[in-house]
Amino acid sequence: MKAPSMGARLATALGAAIAAVFFVGPFAWLLLTSLRPEGEITEVSLPSALSSSSYANAFHGRPFARVLLNSLVVAGATTIFCLAVASAAAFALAKLELRGKRALLSAALAVSMFPPIATVSPLYLALKEVHLLDTPLGLVIPHTTFALPLALWVLTGFFREIPDELYRAARVDGCSPFQAFRKVMVPLAMPGFATTAILVFIFSWNEFLYALTFTSSPSHRTVPVAISLFAGEHTEPWGEIAAASVIATLPLVIFTLMFQRRIVAGLTQGAVKG
Amino acid sequence: MKERRGQGYLFVAPSVVILFVVALCPIAMAVWLSLRRVILVFHEDRFVGLANYRFLLQDSRFFAALGNTAYFAAVSLLIEVGLGLPIAMLLHRAFRGRGVLRAAVLVPWAIPTVVSARMWAWMWNPDYGLITRVLHTQDVDFLGMPAYAMHAAILVDVWKSTPFVALLLLAGLAGIPEELYRAARVDGASKRGIFFSITLPLLRPALVVTVLFRALDALRVFDAIYVLTGGGPANTTETLSIYSYKTMMRSGDFGYGSTLAVATFLVVVLVSILYLNTIGRGAVGTTEDKR
Repeated sequence: MKAPSMGARLATALGAAIAAVFFVGPFAWLLLTSLRPEGEITEVSLPSALSSSSYANAFHGRPFARVLLNSLVVAGATTIFCLAVASAAAFALAKLELRGKRALLSAALAVSMFPPIATVSPLYLALKEVHLLDTPLGLVIPHTTFALPLALWVLTGFFREIPDELYRAARVDGCSPFQAFRKVMVPLAMPGFATTAILVFIFSWNEFLYALTFTSSPSHRTVPVAISLFAGEHTEPWGEIAAASVIATLPLVIFTLMFQRRIVAGLTQGAVKG
Repeated sequence: MKERRGQGYLFVAPSVVILFVVALCPIAMAVWLSLRRVILVFHEDRFVGLANYRFLLQDSRFFAALGNTAYFAAVSLLIEVGLGLPIAMLLHRAFRGRGVLRAAVLVPWAIPTVVSARMWAWMWNPDYGLITRVLHTQDVDFLGMPAYAMHAAILVDVWKSTPFVALLLLAGLAGIPEELYRAARVDGASKRGIFFSITLPLLRPALVVTVLFRALDALRVFDAIYVLTGGGPANTTETLSIYSYKTMMRSGDFGYGSTLAVATFLVVVLVSILYLNTIGRGAVGTTEDKR
């Protein structure tokens, strides 16, 4: 194959640069806004110095620390619960003889395509009935609606990649299907678990409609809800909003970049192979 | 080895039961609620049959929301595929900095939609926004103008979702055997010819799935619009999800709100069925049969 021409290389570089600026630029601007000294928030020139005052102010007078904790609890619990439940099913779907495999996977996919608004009113009334409105558990349940199908799809893909022989060998050695699952398959699927956990956690951390509808008191909100309602006494506190947004986002961005290969694999295997 | 079937079902049972409880039951309950008049504050709750649906068919606000939703979905989808495909082809090529670009496109994907919406709103701020200052359009409140507000919401969606489209299409491109390209080049095919006779046809299954995923996601749009405009100005950005949410949570009308929610659900189901039986015909089936 001949080397690409100078023009083609230039076009590639230009396209890549424009794409990178478009996708990273706005977040970089947010980061810069959050680091400006108090008097320079509204400037467009480079700041005279970097300051953490917006970060301190973001926590001042509002329960933002508590909000971060809420999100951590909701997303953490959703992740653990969905992975525990989905792992058994995903293993069975990938390795055991079952009727209705396709039907179950299709149903899970269909559920994940639901508009969440369709379940808001019944879930609201049900959660109200059992006094779970405005609680973390009251959010884990609706988040499961979408997180469980996601976990099911991604984990099934990962279990399929483990050679059948390993499972059969475990069975020949006298393991019950459950022992083979727990002692052989789960350890082998660990990278898959990590990927699925990241995807489910990010989904739950970012979820907005349920979190907005099912929480009411400021100290029970999750991060997206708090940020959407972030308001100052007189004007919009853009520096503080930017700082809160960066706090809510930077860990996810760093996480995503660290595990980017796996995340891309996890995201695309469900979609493209399905 | 002979497996006992029963054991396999034990493994899937918890997932099936939970999906039933958290997804199918609520949908069924939403349909039930849509046949009732439920106003929480007045403790009103009675069966009204199809009255809500009759009202729906005469509700011009519903049809406006339907139109807004369709416009949002169609335009954002066109732009996302239009930008996502070249980016996927770019990422498929070997060049220095490819890893950096792939990392860069993942940034918007990881950011909560609420944060991206506020971030863009900040850049459009009529007094201090980066965009308004660069364009010298201070005092123009883009989000307050009907002609611009919907496109502002579309831009937020494009920013967040184009990476997802690009990554799905990239996975599709990776599945096209390199030999086909080599053979075509040996035969002297032009670049354009290779694109239209090899890349595009073989990418079709990935394209079909990507478009369906994005379309269904766009039809349920809520976060970006709620944060950017709340459905305003003058309901010009109000989508089905926003209208339904407002009816339930602002007006406290759970009956008609549920009717709107069920209508949204039906729109999504109808679009999927129509799509899979027309454009998507064959493409999705063949990928599934490969399993």
